[in-house]
Amino acid sequence: MEKILQVKDLELSFHTFGGEVKAIRGVNFDLYKGETLAIVGESGSGKSVTTKSIMRLLPEATSEFKSGEILFGGRDLTKLSDKAMQKIRGKDISMIFQDPMTSLNPTMPVGRQITEPILKHQKVSKDEAKKVAIDLLRLVGMPKPELRMKQYPHQFSGGQRQRIVIAIALACNPQILIADEPTTALDVTIQAQILELMKDLQKKIDTSIIFITHDLGVVANVADRVAVMYGGKIVEIGTVDEIFYNPQHPYTWGLLSSMPSMDAEDAKLYAIPGTPPDLLDPPKGDAFALRSEYAMKIDMEQPPPFFKVSDTHMAATWLLHPDAPEVEPPVMVIERMKKFPGSRYYEGGAN
Amino acid sequence: MARYIGKRLIYMFITLALIATFTFFLMKVLPGSPIASADKLSPEQRAVVEARYGLDQPLPVQYFNYMFGLLQGDLGISINQFKGADVTDVILSRMGPSAQIGFQGMVLGTFLGILFGMVAALRQNTWVDYTSTIVAIIGISIPSFVFASLLQYWFGLKWDLFPVALWKDGFMSSVLPSIALAMFPLATAARFIRTEMIEVLGSDYITLAKAKGASGSEIAFKHAFRNALIPLVTVLGPMAVSILTGSLVVEQIFAIPGIGEQFVKSIMVNDFSIIMGTTMFFSVFLIAIILIVDILYGVIDPRIRLSGGKN
Repeated sequence: MEKILQVKDLELSFHTFGGEVKAIRGVNFDLYKGETLAIVGESGSGKSVTTKSIMRLLPEATSEFKSGEILFGGRDLTKLSDKAMQKIRGKDISMIFQDPMTSLNPTMPVGRQITEPILKHQKVSKDEAKKVAIDLLRLVGMPKPELRMKQYPHQFSGGQRQRIVIAIALACNPQILIADEPTTALDVTIQAQILELMKDLQKKIDTSIIFITHDLGVVANVADRVAVMYGGKIVEIGTVDEIFYNPQHPYTWGLLSSMPSMDAEDAKLYAIPGTPPDLLDPPKGDAFALRSEYAMKIDMEQPPPFFKVSDTHMAATWLLHPDAPEVEPPVMVIERMKKFPGSRYYEGGAN
Repeated sequence: MARYIGKRLIYMFITLALIATFTFFLMKVLPGSPIASADKLSPEQRAVVEARYGLDQPLPVQYFNYMFGLLQGDLGISINQFKGADVTDVILSRMGPSAQIGFQGMVLGTFLGILFGMVAALRQNTWVDYTSTIVAIIGISIPSFVFASLLQYWFGLKWDLFPVALWKDGFMSSVLPSIALAMFPLATAARFIRTEMIEVLGSDYITLAKAKGASGSEIAFKHAFRNALIPLVTVLGPMAVSILTGSLVVEQIFAIPGIGEQFVKSIMVNDFSIIMGTTMFFSVFLIAIILIVDILYGVIDPRIRLSGGKN
């Protein structure tokens, strides 16, 4: 499959009054054409920062690329000029934001907000742009698009506004669409509608999506591949089945265990103990070690490298080292692994 | 919208009636008499003059006569300041210079204020920002009469660029008083726009505009400016007041034959009908400004436009 975006050894820091916050500490991933890659992780794990750094939307004054590269179309985005970046934003790479209530300009009719990137990036007349915008609104399921073009954001509901934001993002048929928790601020029924819409649109326009979320239910619904982030690093990456049914990293185990399940009646919901690491002074070894009951001595001293689980599946945990003792994952995870051919707990065609 | 404005006009009318009533009785409480050399006149002569201006009648009758005249748009005649001239004519003839310096001051102040504020916000925490802040603080803290005198001294006397005072050289005469009046609106607008721009530039829709590929200037002018303007509209009213009260002082200092200068004198000589007339004129002006500000809100902010229509 064709790689459309490559993030290589990306390191990024924020300069704050307290010191240097190492928000991204060596992130590697590839994005393939037409796939949906979900990035999951708790708040502060660096998932939003990673994608915002791809778009170069972080405040220039306080953020700094320390090393690594972001390769897109043969160019390293970390080194492009502002002008060159403006030509990529909204055209080749576009973004959907978390809160539709605040991400539209309240004093500009939505029609103009949709035609803006079209007029900016394509050589079309105002009337043509308007036509495209109306088609886009129809595409995202907005009734009476001609009429609604002239209306202002406050005349739309939250779900409708997110549809408009999606229309704006799709205006120039981007190769990459970054969705930064696009459903978090919406209620559950609207969430489902927006997810359906996004899946539908992806089929129609064949774009690659990076989907940031902390909702594993959403991940299972939309993603082809999943990257789990923790403490500014990717700790495990694989296909959605591999992550959900054959997870290897203790943090992924924790995440999956803390997901409410339909099967486990009246069981107490699991919570990962402790707090996320302080990235002003990140831990020397595995960032998750302090919260992990599976941590070994080496976890405190040396960061684990990536160990290959399969061609598509990698995890950064010392537990996969040949010399590591075999440990038993949490019960809920074993239950999941039983369904996955190739895992050590596989029970054959049980389901 | 029409209904809303209609309602506002009725309120305006009530407000004006109340202002007229209060001013009328307050003025009557003032010591002294409009008849200049009252003590030199014999009681008979005095009675003749008082009868001529209706000052011999009991207070309530005077009040109702005045209010009735007001309803018909009759502001009465000047008692001593302009000796029998119609008050409306006096105000109209005096309006030109006041309107000119007031308008120039307001436009200059608001325009420069917005410019300073925008630049300060876009270059936050640089020397540009600090300079603009200092200018704003000076503009707010130095009273207009001090500033006016300084302008007179430097630009009038020392460098001889503009006339020091009087209204004899047309536009040139209006420059210094306009600048003196512009300082307060300038400072206010600069502070408001700066604060608001900084907040707006940090909002989600600005990030989205960036994500669309908009350039820095497009973001500042197409997206941020209009949103940053909304709170400024709120202070336009108070700013108009400051121009008015400022003009009372500034016109005096620059000896400009405007309404302010004439108003101050009329109070000194107890010219009842001029005081009343000018007060009413200022009141109408101010209330109209407040109404215009409320309508402007709707023009700038679509969210307000619609809810205004429903009421």
